[in-house]
Amino acid sequence: MKNAVGRAVAHRLFWPLVMLVVLLAINVVAVPGFLSITVNNEGHLFGSVIDILRNGAPTLMIAVGMTLVIATRGIDLSVGSLCAIAGAMACSIILGSPTPNAVGTVTVAVLVALALALVLGLWNGFLVSVLGIQPIIATLILMTAGRGIAMLITEGQILTVQSDPFKFLGSGFIVGIPVATIVAAVILALVALLTRRTALGLLIESVGINPEASRQAGVRARGLLFTVYALSAVLAAIAGLILTSNQTAADANNTGLFIELDAILAVVIGGTSLNGGRYSLTGTLVGALVIQTLVTTVYTVGIPPIATMVFKAAVVTAVCLLQSPTTAAALARWRTRSASRAASPRPGEAVVSR
Amino acid sequence: MTTMSVPASRLGRAWARTVDVFTSPKSGPVLVTAVLFLLMFTAGGVRYRGFFSAATILNLLVSYSYLIVLAVGMSFVIISGGIDLSVGAVLALSTIIAAKLLQLGWNPILVMVLILVATSTLGLLVGLMIHVFEVQPFIATLAAMFLARGLCYIIAKESISITDPVFAWMAKTRIVLGYRMSVTPSVIIALVVLAIAVWVLQYTRFGRTTYAIGGGEQSGMLMGLPTSRTKVLVYVVSGFCSGLAGILYSFYTLSGYALTGVGTELDAIAAVVIGGTLLTGGYGFVLGSALGVLVLGLIQTIITFEGTLSSWWTKIFIGALLLVFIILQKVLTSRRT
Repeated sequence: MKNAVGRAVAHRLFWPLVMLVVLLAINVVAVPGFLSITVNNEGHLFGSVIDILRNGAPTLMIAVGMTLVIATRGIDLSVGSLCAIAGAMACSIILGSPTPNAVGTVTVAVLVALALALVLGLWNGFLVSVLGIQPIIATLILMTAGRGIAMLITEGQILTVQSDPFKFLGSGFIVGIPVATIVAAVILALVALLTRRTALGLLIESVGINPEASRQAGVRARGLLFTVYALSAVLAAIAGLILTSNQTAADANNTGLFIELDAILAVVIGGTSLNGGRYSLTGTLVGALVIQTLVTTVYTVGIPPIATMVFKAAVVTAVCLLQSPTTAAALARWRTRSASRAASPRPGEAVVSR
Repeated sequence: MTTMSVPASRLGRAWARTVDVFTSPKSGPVLVTAVLFLLMFTAGGVRYRGFFSAATILNLLVSYSYLIVLAVGMSFVIISGGIDLSVGAVLALSTIIAAKLLQLGWNPILVMVLILVATSTLGLLVGLMIHVFEVQPFIATLAAMFLARGLCYIIAKESISITDPVFAWMAKTRIVLGYRMSVTPSVIIALVVLAIAVWVLQYTRFGRTTYAIGGGEQSGMLMGLPTSRTKVLVYVVSGFCSGLAGILYSFYTLSGYALTGVGTELDAIAAVVIGGTLLTGGYGFVLGSALGVLVLGLIQTIITFEGTLSSWWTKIFIGALLLVFIILQKVLTSRRT
């Protein structure tokens, strides 16, 4: 029994899940019907939980790409700017076409935006893998220049679009479920399948754990790095399109602002180390949900919006401190002591050694 | 080395030494930055009337004294192998504390001391979080950024103007240096901070330990250096510098505002990188970071002089320049091996 508890506490998703449950519990106490999901007369699902799943979708997508980048011991700071670039590109194409409401126009706009993001992602990959620039700097370049590029596309304006097919992307429903949620779920499932059912995930982890050793073992790090940065950029672009569609406007300055920080937080809360190596997509999902639930909690509990960031800082700090090896060691010591005090016949078992 | 066909000649030796200095990972990048700065300055002087003058440089110092102080703090952190994302938010926090307390009629000197103590304490907490709990610097300082920015909103959402006579005096006073040239007291403060930082990093035990941590924490510890203390202290230094930068910024704008300095941490990091400090730590000069600030300021000035360029070109230029510097540093320093 003690052993099972010990193993649960030692699991890397234990504290993030506790945090998620606590946040949900706070919400349920504040608003009794919080967890209820209703179907409205159009057949769409409604409820706070659905809102969390829909609004958290862009962060989740970016966090999925970020997880793989971080697993290779990298980081991608440019995702926020890529959101803005993709949104700006798509909106300017839709605005420039004579038929903004045609599905064809929107498809072209989306594809061009994704292609542009792919090119920029390959550029990040080139800087990191071929030129050997530190990822944080390599992507800082596009993070800084990217907002400028987005403004170049929008010519400094906020582009407002009236296009139903484009709007569908951010606020539509398929079989009652928000499109954004479905897209995020499909992306998560595809990436999980692709990296966990093939050797790809293992190779990515090996590059992150020891680049030199994996090179000597014959892993082609260069191609892998290109892939993860390109994937991260494309996922950021999809998130950017959803964000833009939600606001029905492309704002080069504010679309996806600080989303890279939320995504990195989601990855770290999910237990993937910024030092690269082992990664957990499930953890990233939990992390993204924690962050979105946090934002929702601020509204339901009635914490003044001005205190949102302090609240966020508190939760992030709490999760980080609870996950820290120092805390784990202290907890293990405490459990050993209480176990031996209870004169358990097998005190050694309660010790969790990791 | 790619020396001359006449190896014995004095010229050849001098050339070899120059190549050596420029390609060393220690001094090379910062020299490249200096050369590029001079080139940009000369090019601007050729292109625009009234550009090539001491006044241009002095104006840069006046406008960016706060960023120099910020970059100094960031240099300590980056040389030790860490990063501090909280500096922009802490800068905003200290402008808003200053404005709020002065509005309540506090003594300005007391306010400044209080700000420096508060921001240093925040730095201490971040340092402890990083050292004791082994939280990665990126995440710990990110949390500090959220905290500081959040506190700004709680203290005051709107911009508060500062009418205190001491602050107003600091904003208006010009120290005349000669014919039509003058600087603000903030410039003097920034230069003093810079000088102290140079001295601390080059000539004190704390400074050398900072380099040692960046070069390899394990080795530093095995050599018996006080790595734990130093690792925490660099964040205190950065917190202190952010607080001071905030005070200088409130001298400059005579107001406190919660949205001040969004993204300033990136300017500071960019300045440090352009100044030749490696983000992996262990190498770098704090003077280079100050030069990096001047380069960033010069880009802004050139774009202002050009007149027809839209403001978003600034971002693209800074990004492009960052790229050029990093590739140059990479190419130059890799020729050695």
